[in-house]
Amino acid sequence: MISVDIKTKNYGQTRVLKDVSFELQRGQCLAVLGKSGIGKSTLLRLVAGIDHDFEGTVRRPEAMAIVFQEPTLLLWRRAIDNLLIIHPQLSEAAARDMLAKVGLGDKADMYPKQLSLGQQRRLSLARAFAGHPELLILDEPFVSLDEATAADMIALTQTLMRELTPATLFVTHEKEEARQLADRTLELAGSPATVVPDCKITEFRREEAS
Amino acid sequence: MATPIIRAISLMALLCVWFLLAAIGGDPTVLPSPAALVEPFWQELVSGELVYHLTMTVARVIAAFFTALAAGIVLGFLMGTRPKLDKWLDPWLVVFLNLPALVLIVLCYLWIGLNDIAAVTAVALNKIPGVATIIREGARALDPELKSMATVFRVRPFTYLRHFVVPQLAPFIAGASRSGIAVIWKVVLVVEFLGRSNGIGFQIHLYFQLFDVAMVLVYSLSFIALMLSIEWLLLQPVEKRVQAWRLA
Repeated sequence: MISVDIKTKNYGQTRVLKDVSFELQRGQCLAVLGKSGIGKSTLLRLVAGIDHDFEGTVRRPEAMAIVFQEPTLLLWRRAIDNLLIIHPQLSEAAARDMLAKVGLGDKADMYPKQLSLGQQRRLSLARAFAGHPELLILDEPFVSLDEATAADMIALTQTLMRELTPATLFVTHEKEEARQLADRTLELAGSPATVVPDCKITEFRREEAS
Repeated sequence: MATPIIRAISLMALLCVWFLLAAIGGDPTVLPSPAALVEPFWQELVSGELVYHLTMTVARVIAAFFTALAAGIVLGFLMGTRPKLDKWLDPWLVVFLNLPALVLIVLCYLWIGLNDIAAVTAVALNKIPGVATIIREGARALDPELKSMATVFRVRPFTYLRHFVVPQLAPFIAGASRSGIAVIWKVVLVVEFLGRSNGIGFQIHLYFQLFDVAMVLVYSLSFIALMLSIEWLLLQPVEKRVQAWRLA
Protein backbone atom coordinates (compact mmCIF):
# COMPACT_ATOMS: atom_id res chain seq x y z
CA MET A 1 0.00 0.00 0.00
CA ILE A 2 1.13 3.51 -0.81
CA SER A 3 0.22 6.29 1.52
CA VAL A 4 1.06 9.89 0.80
CA ASP A 5 0.61 12.76 3.20
CA ILE A 6 2.33 15.94 2.09
CA LYS A 7 1.91 18.95 4.39
CA THR A 8 3.93 21.50 2.42
CA LYS A 9 6.43 21.71 -0.36
CA ASN A 10 8.36 24.93 -0.98
CA TYR A 11 10.68 26.02 -3.74
CA GLY A 12 12.72 28.69 -2.00
CA GLN A 13 10.16 31.15 -0.62
CA THR A 14 7.33 29.91 -2.83
CA ARG A 15 4.95 27.30 -1.46
CA VAL A 16 3.86 25.08 -4.34
CA LEU A 17 1.96 22.24 -2.63
CA LYS A 18 -0.20 22.15 0.49
CA ASP A 19 -2.07 19.28 2.18
CA VAL A 20 -2.07 16.61 -0.48
CA SER A 21 -2.82 13.17 0.88
CA PHE A 22 -4.12 9.95 -0.58
CA GLU A 23 -3.77 6.20 -0.34
CA LEU A 24 -3.39 3.74 -3.14
CA GLN A 25 -3.76 -0.06 -3.20
CA ARG A 26 -2.26 -2.54 -5.63
CA GLY A 27 -4.28 -2.78 -8.81
CA GLN A 28 -5.66 0.73 -8.42
CA CYS A 29 -4.88 3.62 -10.70
CA LEU A 30 -5.07 7.20 -9.48
CA ALA A 31 -4.93 9.95 -12.07
CA VAL A 32 -3.49 13.28 -11.00
CA LEU A 33 -5.06 16.05 -13.04
CA GLY A 34 -4.41 19.76 -13.18
CA LYS A 35 -3.23 22.55 -15.41
CA SER A 36 0.39 22.45 -16.55
CA GLY A 37 2.70 24.09 -14.05
CA ILE A 38 0.31 23.47 -11.16
CA GLY A 39 2.70 21.09 -9.37
CA LYS A 40 1.73 17.65 -10.69
CA SER A 41 5.29 16.77 -11.56
CA THR A 42 6.49 18.10 -8.21
CA LEU A 43 4.01 15.84 -6.41
CA LEU A 44 5.16 12.90 -8.47
CA ARG A 45 8.82 13.53 -7.65
CA LEU A 46 7.98 13.56 -3.95
CA VAL A 47 6.03 10.31 -4.20
CA ALA A 48 8.76 8.69 -6.29
CA GLY A 49 11.44 9.63 -3.77
CA ILE A 50 13.41 11.73 -6.25
CA ASP A 51 12.95 14.85 -4.11
CA HIS A 52 13.09 14.47 -0.30
CA ASP A 53 12.91 18.17 0.55
CA PHE A 54 9.34 18.56 1.87
CA GLU A 55 7.23 18.36 5.03
CA GLY A 56 5.11 15.26 5.40
CA THR A 57 5.41 11.53 4.95
CA VAL A 58 5.32 9.16 1.99
CA ARG A 59 5.18 5.40 2.41
CA ARG A 60 6.21 3.64 -0.76
CA PRO A 61 7.17 0.08 -1.70
CA GLU A 62 10.64 -1.09 -2.72
CA ALA A 63 9.75 -2.08 -6.27
CA MET A 64 8.93 1.10 -8.15
CA ALA A 65 8.95 2.08 -11.78
CA ILE A 66 8.52 5.31 -13.65
CA VAL A 67 7.70 6.36 -17.19
CA PHE A 68 8.65 9.94 -17.97
CA GLN A 69 7.41 12.21 -20.75
CA GLU A 70 10.74 11.69 -22.45
CA PRO A 71 11.78 8.05 -22.94
CA THR A 72 14.88 8.66 -20.72
CA LEU A 73 16.79 5.69 -22.11
CA LEU A 74 20.45 4.75 -22.01
CA LEU A 75 21.15 5.77 -25.60
CA TRP A 76 24.54 4.03 -25.47
CA ARG A 77 23.10 0.60 -24.66
CA ARG A 78 21.00 -1.70 -26.84
CA ALA A 79 17.24 -1.94 -26.26
CA ILE A 80 17.52 -5.24 -24.41
CA ASP A 81 20.36 -3.94 -22.23
CA ASN A 82 18.14 -1.02 -21.28
CA LEU A 83 15.97 -3.59 -19.50
CA LEU A 84 18.74 -5.85 -18.19
CA ILE A 85 20.88 -3.08 -16.69
CA ILE A 86 17.95 -1.55 -14.81
CA HIS A 87 16.65 -4.95 -13.66
CA PRO A 88 19.70 -7.14 -12.94
CA GLN A 89 17.50 -9.96 -11.65
CA LEU A 90 15.72 -10.18 -15.02
CA SER A 91 16.71 -13.10 -17.27
CA GLU A 92 17.49 -12.37 -20.89
CA ALA A 93 14.55 -14.52 -21.99
CA ALA A 94 12.19 -12.54 -19.75
CA ALA A 95 13.57 -9.30 -21.13
CA ARG A 96 12.98 -10.51 -24.70
CA ASP A 97 9.43 -11.54 -23.73
CA MET A 98 8.80 -8.09 -22.34
CA LEU A 99 10.11 -6.46 -25.52
CA ALA A 100 7.85 -8.73 -27.58
CA LYS A 101 4.85 -7.68 -25.48
CA VAL A 102 5.39 -4.01 -26.37
CA GLY A 103 5.97 -4.92 -30.02
CA LEU A 104 9.74 -4.52 -30.03
CA GLY A 105 10.53 -8.25 -30.31
CA ASP A 106 12.73 -7.74 -33.35
CA LYS A 107 14.40 -4.57 -32.07
CA ALA A 108 16.21 -6.04 -29.04
CA ASP A 109 19.69 -5.45 -30.45
CA MET A 110 19.10 -1.95 -31.72
CA TYR A 111 20.28 1.23 -30.06
CA PRO A 112 17.48 3.57 -28.90
CA LYS A 113 18.40 6.19 -31.51
CA GLN A 114 17.64 3.64 -34.23
CA LEU A 115 14.04 3.45 -32.95
CA SER A 116 11.22 5.89 -33.65
CA LEU A 117 9.92 8.08 -30.82
CA GLY A 118 6.88 5.82 -30.43
CA GLN A 119 9.13 2.77 -30.18
CA GLN A 120 11.37 4.52 -27.64
CA ARG A 121 8.31 5.28 -25.52
CA ARG A 122 7.27 1.63 -25.68
CA LEU A 123 10.77 0.60 -24.65
CA SER A 124 10.44 2.92 -21.68
CA LEU A 125 7.10 1.27 -20.87
CA ALA A 126 8.65 -2.20 -21.16
CA ARG A 127 11.42 -1.12 -18.78
CA ALA A 128 8.83 0.03 -16.24
CA PHE A 129 6.79 -3.18 -16.28
CA ALA A 130 9.77 -5.56 -16.55
CA GLY A 131 10.55 -5.12 -12.84
CA HIS A 132 7.02 -6.12 -11.73
CA PRO A 133 6.61 -2.84 -9.87
CA GLU A 134 4.32 -2.48 -6.88
CA LEU A 135 4.15 1.24 -7.59
CA LEU A 136 4.11 2.55 -11.14
CA ILE A 137 4.42 6.25 -11.81
CA LEU A 138 3.41 7.60 -15.20
CA ASP A 139 4.40 11.20 -15.89
CA GLU A 140 2.41 12.24 -18.96
CA PRO A 141 3.80 9.35 -20.99
CA PHE A 142 1.47 9.90 -23.96
CA VAL A 143 2.08 13.58 -24.79
CA SER A 144 3.41 14.64 -28.19
CA LEU A 145 2.51 11.32 -29.78
CA ASP A 146 0.19 11.27 -32.77
CA GLU A 147 -3.36 10.11 -32.00
CA ALA A 148 -3.03 6.55 -33.30
CA THR A 149 0.29 5.95 -31.54
CA ALA A 150 -1.05 7.41 -28.30
CA ALA A 151 -4.13 5.18 -28.51
CA ASP A 152 -1.89 2.15 -29.02
CA MET A 153 0.29 3.12 -26.09
CA ILE A 154 -2.73 3.63 -23.82
CA ALA A 155 -4.18 0.25 -24.79
CA LEU A 156 -0.81 -1.39 -24.19
CA THR A 157 -0.44 0.29 -20.81
CA GLN A 158 -3.93 -0.84 -19.86
CA THR A 159 -3.15 -4.46 -20.78
CA LEU A 160 0.09 -4.47 -18.81
CA MET A 161 -1.57 -2.82 -15.81
CA ARG A 162 -4.23 -5.53 -15.72
CA GLU A 163 -1.61 -8.23 -16.01
CA LEU A 164 0.85 -6.98 -13.41
CA THR A 165 -1.53 -5.00 -11.14
CA PRO A 166 0.77 -2.32 -9.82
CA ALA A 167 -0.58 0.61 -7.87
CA THR A 168 -0.43 3.32 -10.52
CA LEU A 169 -0.05 7.04 -10.15
CA PHE A 170 -0.84 8.64 -13.49
CA VAL A 171 -0.09 12.29 -14.07
CA THR A 172 -1.81 13.88 -17.03
CA HIS A 173 -3.65 16.97 -18.14
CA GLU A 174 -5.89 15.04 -20.56
CA LYS A 175 -9.14 14.10 -18.84
CA GLU A 176 -9.86 11.62 -21.60
CA GLU A 177 -6.65 9.70 -20.89
CA ALA A 178 -7.48 9.69 -17.19
CA ARG A 179 -10.95 8.31 -17.95
CA GLN A 180 -9.45 5.42 -19.88
CA LEU A 181 -6.79 4.35 -17.41
CA ALA A 182 -7.74 5.52 -13.94
CA ASP A 183 -10.38 4.45 -11.47
CA ARG A 184 -9.91 7.49 -9.26
CA THR A 185 -8.77 11.03 -9.88
CA LEU A 186 -7.22 13.70 -7.83
CA GLU A 187 -7.25 17.21 -9.20
CA LEU A 188 -4.76 19.83 -8.14
CA ALA A 189 -5.67 23.50 -8.24
CA GLY A 190 -4.94 26.79 -6.55
CA SER A 191 -1.79 28.43 -5.29
CA PRO A 192 -0.28 26.69 -3.42
CA ALA A 193 -1.85 23.74 -5.18
CA THR A 194 -4.06 21.44 -3.17
CA VAL A 195 -6.60 18.69 -3.80
CA VAL A 196 -9.93 19.53 -5.40
CA PRO A 197 -12.47 16.81 -4.52
CA ASP A 198 -13.67 15.18 -7.73
CA CYS A 199 -15.20 11.76 -8.29
CA LYS A 200 -16.79 11.90 -11.74
CA ILE A 201 -14.34 9.54 -13.30
CA THR A 202 -14.66 7.04 -10.47
CA GLU A 203 -18.38 6.83 -11.13
CA PHE A 204 -17.82 6.47 -14.82
CA ARG A 205 -15.53 3.51 -14.37
CA ARG A 206 -17.91 1.82 -11.95
CA GLU A 207 -20.74 2.11 -14.45
CA GLU A 208 -18.55 0.65 -17.10
CA ALA A 209 -17.56 -2.22 -14.85
CA SER A 210 -21.10 -3.12 -13.76
CA MET B 1 42.10 16.20 -53.35
CA ALA B 2 41.61 13.85 -50.42
CA THR B 3 42.96 14.99 -47.05
CA PRO B 4 45.40 12.08 -46.53
CA ILE B 5 47.01 12.76 -49.90
CA ILE B 6 47.38 16.47 -49.14
CA ARG B 7 48.83 15.55 -45.76
CA ALA B 8 51.40 13.22 -47.34
CA ILE B 9 52.43 15.76 -49.98
CA SER B 10 52.69 18.48 -47.34
CA LEU B 11 54.99 16.31 -45.20
CA MET B 12 57.10 15.48 -48.24
CA ALA B 13 57.39 19.21 -48.96
CA LEU B 14 58.63 19.78 -45.40
CA LEU B 15 61.28 17.10 -45.94
CA CYS B 16 62.30 18.81 -49.21
CA VAL B 17 62.66 22.17 -47.43
CA TRP B 18 64.89 20.45 -44.89
CA PHE B 19 67.05 18.91 -47.66
CA LEU B 20 67.22 22.32 -49.33
CA LEU B 21 68.21 24.20 -46.16
CA ALA B 22 70.84 21.57 -45.32
CA ALA B 23 72.28 21.92 -48.84
CA ILE B 24 72.30 25.74 -48.70
CA GLY B 25 73.85 25.80 -45.20
CA GLY B 26 76.45 23.25 -46.19
CA ASP B 27 77.45 22.66 -42.55
CA PRO B 28 76.32 19.21 -41.28
CA THR B 29 77.24 20.14 -37.67
CA VAL B 30 74.56 22.89 -37.72
CA LEU B 31 71.87 21.20 -39.85
CA PRO B 32 72.62 17.73 -41.18
CA SER B 33 70.63 16.60 -44.20
CA PRO B 34 67.91 14.01 -43.47
CA ALA B 35 69.97 11.44 -45.36
CA ALA B 36 72.84 11.96 -42.94
CA LEU B 37 70.61 10.87 -40.02
CA VAL B 38 69.96 7.38 -41.37
CA GLU B 39 73.38 6.06 -40.40
CA PRO B 40 73.42 7.30 -36.73
CA PHE B 41 69.77 6.25 -36.35
CA TRP B 42 70.62 2.73 -37.49
CA GLN B 43 73.62 2.56 -35.13
CA GLU B 44 71.55 3.65 -32.10
CA LEU B 45 68.84 1.18 -33.04
CA VAL B 46 71.21 -1.76 -33.44
CA SER B 47 73.16 -0.97 -30.26
CA GLY B 48 69.86 -0.97 -28.31
CA GLU B 49 70.45 2.54 -26.93
CA LEU B 50 67.50 4.07 -28.76
CA VAL B 51 65.09 1.35 -27.68
CA TYR B 52 66.26 1.54 -24.06
CA HIS B 53 65.79 5.31 -23.79
CA LEU B 54 62.50 5.22 -25.70
CA THR B 55 61.21 2.55 -23.29
CA MET B 56 62.19 4.59 -20.23
CA THR B 57 60.47 7.69 -21.59
CA VAL B 58 57.34 5.86 -22.69
CA ALA B 59 57.11 4.20 -19.24
CA ARG B 60 57.19 7.65 -17.62
CA VAL B 61 54.62 8.97 -20.08
CA ILE B 62 52.29 6.05 -19.28
CA ALA B 63 52.73 6.40 -15.50
CA ALA B 64 52.16 10.15 -15.58
CA PHE B 65 49.26 9.85 -18.02
CA PHE B 66 47.27 7.36 -15.95
CA THR B 67 48.02 9.16 -12.68
CA ALA B 68 46.87 12.48 -14.13
CA LEU B 69 43.83 10.96 -15.78
CA ALA B 70 42.67 9.04 -12.67
CA ALA B 71 43.18 11.97 -10.30
CA GLY B 72 41.76 14.48 -12.77
CA ILE B 73 38.63 12.41 -13.44
CA VAL B 74 37.88 11.96 -9.72
CA LEU B 75 38.53 15.64 -8.96
CA GLY B 76 36.60 16.89 -12.00
CA PHE B 77 33.67 14.58 -11.30
CA LEU B 78 33.43 15.69 -7.65
CA MET B 79 33.66 19.37 -8.61
CA GLY B 80 31.13 18.96 -11.41
CA THR B 81 28.56 17.25 -9.20
CA ARG B 82 29.09 19.20 -5.94
CA PRO B 83 28.68 22.95 -6.54
CA LYS B 84 29.81 23.85 -2.99
CA LEU B 85 33.06 21.91 -3.31
CA ASP B 86 33.50 23.44 -6.75
CA LYS B 87 33.32 26.97 -5.32
CA TRP B 88 36.05 26.14 -2.81
CA LEU B 89 38.36 24.26 -5.13
CA ASP B 90 37.98 26.37 -8.26
CA PRO B 91 40.57 28.99 -7.17
CA TRP B 92 43.07 26.17 -6.55
CA LEU B 93 42.44 24.91 -10.04
CA VAL B 94 43.15 28.36 -11.46
CA VAL B 95 46.42 28.58 -9.50
CA PHE B 96 47.61 25.15 -10.64
CA LEU B 97 46.50 25.73 -14.23
CA ASN B 98 48.74 28.79 -14.32
CA LEU B 99 51.73 27.22 -12.60
CA PRO B 100 54.45 26.74 -15.28
CA ALA B 101 55.52 23.12 -15.75
CA LEU B 102 59.13 24.12 -15.11
CA VAL B 103 58.30 25.45 -11.63
CA LEU B 104 56.49 22.23 -10.71
CA ILE B 105 59.34 20.08 -11.99
CA VAL B 106 62.03 21.98 -10.08
CA LEU B 107 59.97 22.01 -6.87
CA CYS B 108 59.20 18.30 -7.12
CA TYR B 109 62.87 17.47 -7.59
CA LEU B 110 63.79 19.70 -4.64
CA TRP B 111 61.14 18.30 -2.33
CA ILE B 112 60.93 14.65 -3.36
CA GLY B 113 64.46 14.10 -4.68
CA LEU B 114 66.01 13.35 -8.05
CA ASN B 115 64.02 10.18 -8.70
CA ASP B 116 61.27 8.82 -10.90
CA ILE B 117 58.54 9.42 -8.32
CA ALA B 118 59.35 13.12 -8.41
CA ALA B 119 59.50 13.08 -12.20
CA VAL B 120 56.12 11.37 -12.65
CA THR B 121 54.51 13.44 -9.86
CA ALA B 122 55.62 16.67 -11.49
CA VAL B 123 54.24 15.72 -14.90
CA ALA B 124 50.97 14.40 -13.42
CA LEU B 125 50.47 17.50 -11.24
CA ASN B 126 50.99 19.65 -14.30
CA LYS B 127 48.16 17.90 -16.15
CA ILE B 128 45.61 17.11 -13.39
CA PRO B 129 43.98 20.60 -13.43
CA GLY B 130 43.49 20.43 -17.19
CA VAL B 131 41.87 16.99 -17.02
CA ALA B 132 39.73 18.07 -14.05
CA THR B 133 38.48 21.15 -15.93
CA ILE B 134 37.32 19.08 -18.91
CA ILE B 135 35.72 16.34 -16.79
CA ARG B 136 33.97 18.96 -14.65
CA GLU B 137 32.18 20.22 -17.78
CA GLY B 138 31.09 16.66 -18.50
CA ALA B 139 29.91 16.06 -14.94
CA ARG B 140 27.89 19.28 -15.01
CA ALA B 141 26.18 18.08 -18.18
CA LEU B 142 25.09 14.71 -16.71
CA ASP B 143 21.40 14.20 -17.47
CA PRO B 144 19.34 14.85 -14.30
CA GLU B 145 16.40 12.86 -15.71
CA LEU B 146 18.56 9.76 -16.01
CA LYS B 147 19.60 10.32 -12.40
CA SER B 148 15.93 10.51 -11.36
CA MET B 149 15.17 7.39 -13.33
CA ALA B 150 18.03 5.56 -11.59
CA THR B 151 16.71 6.72 -8.21
CA VAL B 152 13.20 5.42 -8.81
CA PHE B 153 14.36 2.07 -10.16
CA ARG B 154 16.88 1.82 -7.29
CA VAL B 155 19.82 1.29 -9.61
CA ARG B 156 22.87 0.33 -7.56
CA PRO B 157 25.67 2.92 -7.31
CA PHE B 158 28.20 0.81 -9.19
CA THR B 159 25.73 0.15 -12.01
CA TYR B 160 24.90 3.85 -12.11
CA LEU B 161 28.57 4.71 -12.39
CA ARG B 162 29.30 2.13 -15.05
CA HIS B 163 26.26 2.38 -17.30
CA PHE B 164 25.01 5.92 -16.68
CA VAL B 165 27.96 8.13 -15.72
CA VAL B 166 30.92 6.69 -17.61
CA PRO B 167 29.16 6.58 -21.02
CA GLN B 168 28.01 10.18 -20.57
CA LEU B 169 31.52 11.25 -19.59
CA ALA B 170 33.19 9.16 -22.32
CA PRO B 171 33.56 11.97 -24.88
CA PHE B 172 35.02 14.21 -22.17
CA ILE B 173 37.39 11.47 -20.96
CA ALA B 174 38.49 10.88 -24.56
CA GLY B 175 39.08 14.60 -25.07
CA ALA B 176 41.00 14.89 -21.79
CA SER B 177 43.07 11.84 -22.71
CA ARG B 178 44.07 13.20 -26.06
CA SER B 179 44.95 16.69 -24.85
CA GLY B 180 46.59 15.06 -21.81
CA ILE B 181 48.88 12.73 -23.70
CA ALA B 182 49.83 15.50 -26.14
CA VAL B 183 51.09 17.70 -23.29
CA ILE B 184 52.49 14.93 -21.12
CA TRP B 185 54.88 13.45 -23.66
CA LYS B 186 56.38 16.86 -24.21
CA VAL B 187 56.69 17.69 -20.51
CA VAL B 188 58.27 14.29 -19.75
CA LEU B 189 61.20 15.28 -21.99
CA VAL B 190 61.77 18.42 -19.90
CA VAL B 191 61.65 16.39 -16.68
CA GLU B 192 64.26 13.98 -18.06
CA PHE B 193 66.35 16.83 -19.38
CA LEU B 194 66.50 18.41 -15.91
CA GLY B 195 66.96 15.48 -13.61
CA ARG B 196 67.03 11.93 -14.94
CA SER B 197 69.91 9.78 -16.15
CA ASN B 198 68.06 7.99 -18.93
CA GLY B 199 65.21 8.59 -21.38
CA ILE B 200 64.94 10.65 -24.56
CA GLY B 201 65.11 13.92 -22.64
CA PHE B 202 68.35 12.82 -20.98
CA GLN B 203 69.84 11.84 -24.37
CA ILE B 204 68.87 15.19 -25.86
CA HIS B 205 70.56 16.90 -22.90
CA LEU B 206 73.68 14.75 -23.41
CA TYR B 207 74.00 15.47 -27.12
CA PHE B 208 73.14 19.13 -26.55
CA GLN B 209 76.21 19.38 -24.32
CA LEU B 210 78.25 17.67 -27.06
CA PHE B 211 76.75 20.02 -29.70
CA ASP B 212 75.77 16.94 -31.71
CA VAL B 213 72.79 18.18 -33.73
CA ALA B 214 72.42 14.93 -35.67
CA MET B 215 71.95 12.83 -32.51
CA VAL B 216 69.55 15.39 -30.98
CA LEU B 217 67.48 15.09 -34.15
CA VAL B 218 67.69 11.29 -34.21
CA TYR B 219 66.35 10.97 -30.67
CA SER B 220 63.71 13.70 -31.00
CA LEU B 221 62.34 12.49 -34.32
CA SER B 222 62.21 8.83 -33.23
CA PHE B 223 60.23 9.81 -30.17
CA ILE B 224 57.89 12.12 -32.10
CA ALA B 225 57.26 9.34 -34.62
CA LEU B 226 56.46 6.86 -31.84
CA MET B 227 54.06 9.20 -30.00
CA LEU B 228 52.22 10.20 -33.17
CA SER B 229 51.75 6.56 -34.16
CA ILE B 230 50.40 5.77 -30.67
CA GLU B 231 47.94 8.61 -31.08
CA TRP B 232 46.84 7.55 -34.59
CA LEU B 233 46.89 3.80 -34.14
CA LEU B 234 45.69 3.50 -30.55
CA LEU B 235 43.91 6.56 -29.16
CA GLN B 236 41.88 7.61 -32.18
CA PRO B 237 40.49 4.10 -32.91
CA VAL B 238 39.58 3.69 -29.22
CA GLU B 239 37.80 7.04 -29.30
CA LYS B 240 35.85 5.95 -32.38
CA ARG B 241 34.80 2.68 -30.74
CA VAL B 242 33.57 4.41 -27.60
CA GLN B 243 31.43 6.73 -29.74
CA ALA B 244 29.95 3.93 -31.87
CA TRP B 245 26.44 4.28 -30.42
CA ARG B 246 26.22 7.87 -31.66
CA LEU B 247 26.67 6.78 -35.25
CA ALA B 248 24.43 3.69 -35.00
